[in-house]
Amino acid sequence: MLSTQTKSLDVEQIRKDFPILQRKVHNKPLVYFDNAATSQKPKQVIDALNFYYNNYNANVHRSIHQLGEEATAAYEKAREKIAEFINAQYQEIIFTKNSTEGLNLIAYSLTSSLKPGDEIVISQLEHHSNFVPWQQMAKHLGLKLKFIKINEEAELDENSIRETITKNTKIVSVNHISNAIGTINPVEEITKIAHENGALMVVDGSQSAPHMPLDMKKINSDFYVFTGHKMLGPTGVGVVYGKKELLENMRPFLYGGEMINEVKFEDTTFNQLPWKFEAGTPNIAEGIGLGVAVDYLKKVGMKQIFERDREIVDYAMERMKNIDGITIYGPKERGSIISFNVHGVHAHDVSQILDSEGVAIRAGHHCCMPLMSVLGVTATARASFYLYNTEQEIDTFINAIHKVKKVFGV
Amino acid sequence: MDTIELMYQENILDHYKSPRNFGRMENASVHHHEYNPLCGDELDMFLVIDKHKKIADIKVNPHGCAISVASASMLSEEIKGKSIGEIEKLKKEDILEMLGIPISPVRLKCALLSLDTLKNSILIFEKYVNKQV
Ligand SMILES: Cc1ncc(COP(=O)(O)O)c(C=O)c1O
Repeated sequence: MLSTQTKSLDVEQIRKDFPILQRKVHNKPLVYFDNAATSQKPKQVIDALNFYYNNYNANVHRSIHQLGEEATAAYEKAREKIAEFINAQYQEIIFTKNSTEGLNLIAYSLTSSLKPGDEIVISQLEHHSNFVPWQQMAKHLGLKLKFIKINEEAELDENSIRETITKNTKIVSVNHISNAIGTINPVEEITKIAHENGALMVVDGSQSAPHMPLDMKKINSDFYVFTGHKMLGPTGVGVVYGKKELLENMRPFLYGGEMINEVKFEDTTFNQLPWKFEAGTPNIAEGIGLGVAVDYLKKVGMKQIFERDREIVDYAMERMKNIDGITIYGPKERGSIISFNVHGVHAHDVSQILDSEGVAIRAGHHCCMPLMSVLGVTATARASFYLYNTEQEIDTFINAIHKVKKVFGV
Repeated sequence: MDTIELMYQENILDHYKSPRNFGRMENASVHHHEYNPLCGDELDMFLVIDKHKKIADIKVNPHGCAISVASASMLSEEIKGKSIGEIEKLKKEDILEMLGIPISPVRLKCALLSLDTLKNSILIFEKYVNKQV
């Protein structure tokens, strides 16, 4: 067992900020290993939501009164913080409700200028939300959808990347870290290849934004999407980063209030960036809350979080390797996600028995049914970690896996 | 016994590890496949329905968690020789009673996949197959 000194974060201190970690599940301390689905929230974020509703709840961008001004200022301040967090400009940050809406925004808007036969490239590793929108756009508009294959290590195959992206490719969209098996994809290199071929590059950063430092100038993708609730923020708020020049020329996705400049019976002119893409009253408290979550992550340090992920994953992998009859999916170098199966036991049953020991994991296809078919399974169990998880919790998890084996006699 | 031990009782695990009436069939009156997208449980059901509208034979080919497989296996034993009329009366509560274990709301879908498959098999039989004879 590791001693606390070797940890790159003060995990005990961090845990104090998360009230939910105090609760018990089936009379056992909660061990929350379902962070890839959604993270828990620090009290700073929870308090910010409360403070907003108790003190300055008002609609943004339209109410000329003190509360309206305070709400607008706080909401726009959150946008500024997020821009800085990923090294982008303020106008390049569009608030959405989650990653799924962000990817739909991009898919609808970008494909509206494509012609039948144009190609879109995604990968076998995608979450349904970076899969189904493109598949359906392709179907309705007569576009061709192609897939980058994974190799035996469950990484995107280099040859496949170069073969699939061609001069006919208009859009490439891949995830940065796979939510199903934890693969970290070389999005910088893929962006280069996409650009060499004249294609636009979209990155689904749902699993990377919570776990690693991000620099939009360095990655250089045209779009980057993430979701607030996986990075200590509230549900109901996500982000689309897009390069300003591109966003300026793109068609809006949702029409209505807020996103307009002037509406006449004949036609409408649209608002400036980023509001052109934000129709209707947004999730104000949640946007502000995401700003506070970003403050929290910055204070802890994204580099430190990324390093701490390595420690906890390495520790868990090492301990899991010593258990007979466990298959672990995914590459050696991974995000803080371990997808596995216990021989002779369905993932659902694994999850249920772990739950009886207070350990929350996810079981199923993880919204990656095409990938599951490539891996030749219908479901896996998935443990995913975050900055508040400890080695001691991994020990509880390991003991719970032994209980699974005992109950099933395997 | 804690809830887990109650849930994964010996007979449940026994049905899971060796499902009764397991397999596929060439000459079934009706074959139906049902899928539970939530967890990926799958069930193929093959029924031979005789001229008295009774279940003369059944084969099940389940893939999934212990609860869904055990439920398919137990149900296959339960309904052999039963009439379509009797099957149409089967309810969720009958399945839960048959399993005889605590089922949490999230596992209900697993437990009831067998009944859904059976009911839909009968519907298909009545609507398409039975019409032709
Ligand atoms: C890689 C990836 N993409 C997209 C999503 C969708 O996120 P949301 O449900 O917040 O839209 C998720 C989360 O489940 C994810 O892990």
